Amino acid sequence: MEKKVIINEERCKSCGLCVSVCPKHVLRISEKLNSNGYHPAELFDNDNCISCGFCYLICPDAAIEEVRRLEPVRK
Amino acid sequence: MKIIYKKPEPITKTHTTYCPGCPHGIAHRLVAELLEEMNLTKKAVIVWPVGCSVFGYYFIGTDAVEAAHGRACAMATGIKRVHPESFVISYQGDGDLASIGIAETVHAAARGERISVVYINNGNYGMTGGQMAPTTLLGQRTTTTPYGRDAKLNGFPLHVPEMLAAIDGPAYIARAALDSPQHIIQAKKFLKKAFTAQTKDLGFSLVEMISACPTNWKLSPVEAMERIRREVLPVFPIGEFKVAKGVE
Repeated sequence: MEKKVIINEERCKSCGLCVSVCPKHVLRISEKLNSNGYHPAELFDNDNCISCGFCYLICPDAAIEEVRRLEPVRK
Repeated sequence: MKIIYKKPEPITKTHTTYCPGCPHGIAHRLVAELLEEMNLTKKAVIVWPVGCSVFGYYFIGTDAVEAAHGRACAMATGIKRVHPESFVISYQGDGDLASIGIAETVHAAARGERISVVYINNGNYGMTGGQMAPTTLLGQRTTTTPYGRDAKLNGFPLHVPEMLAAIDGPAYIARAALDSPQHIIQAKKFLKKAFTAQTKDLGFSLVEMISACPTNWKLSPVEAMERIRREVLPVFPIGEFKVAKGVE
């Protein structure tokens, strides 16, 4: 499935604010390094993400570029 | 997939120079979002201050001017009077607006200049190393008040919106906080009203944004946001202090 939260890892400064406000605890600071030497945040549990957008609202560096929600399936 | 939020267009590709967790970036994004929503990007002129946000013109791609320390409101007055069709925003910090530039701010408000001011209050001079600012809380340790701010020696914190709300000139005065998603949504609503006050030509508008300075408070970004809720908001309450008719 497509990612619900698109994170620009180069912009992330690893402040951890998105992790602190996530109501479903689906974000974490990853082990990766970006070119500035920060560990960027990552979405590790895409299925449980509810697309509330709190991470986008609190992100000070506009590193969270998009938040998407699944369209309801009509039958 | 339906897009709920998207990075606003006026935010440039340049990475910000702020410390990790600095709410300046949140304020930048709110300004950029509103410029995009209200279709003002093309005619916006942002007057940037002296302080951490001195390089703001690299991060928001609009026309910009760099003002001398504290004189952003005076400069914005000039730009608005020469180009009345432009949309003028003055973006200032507390050391800039409330200390050296208080005269320019109060008189711009008293004249009812058609400008919008975004006022970031983080309680110290962040750029120069965390010295005491007029908005430093009583008992707060800074590099120039190492034993905590003492009311007898250093005076009391300055409440700028309450002060300006007593003047007749301003159309919209409010205070918001940038500590949690709920308060950020509210801050955007306040800022939208402030921008509306200018587009409807009603008068001066100012929104104070309670911000954090994790580096100089010597706290982690998450702890700094908690300190805002615990210590700063009881002294600087959120709210609208003056709403003129027609600002909605």
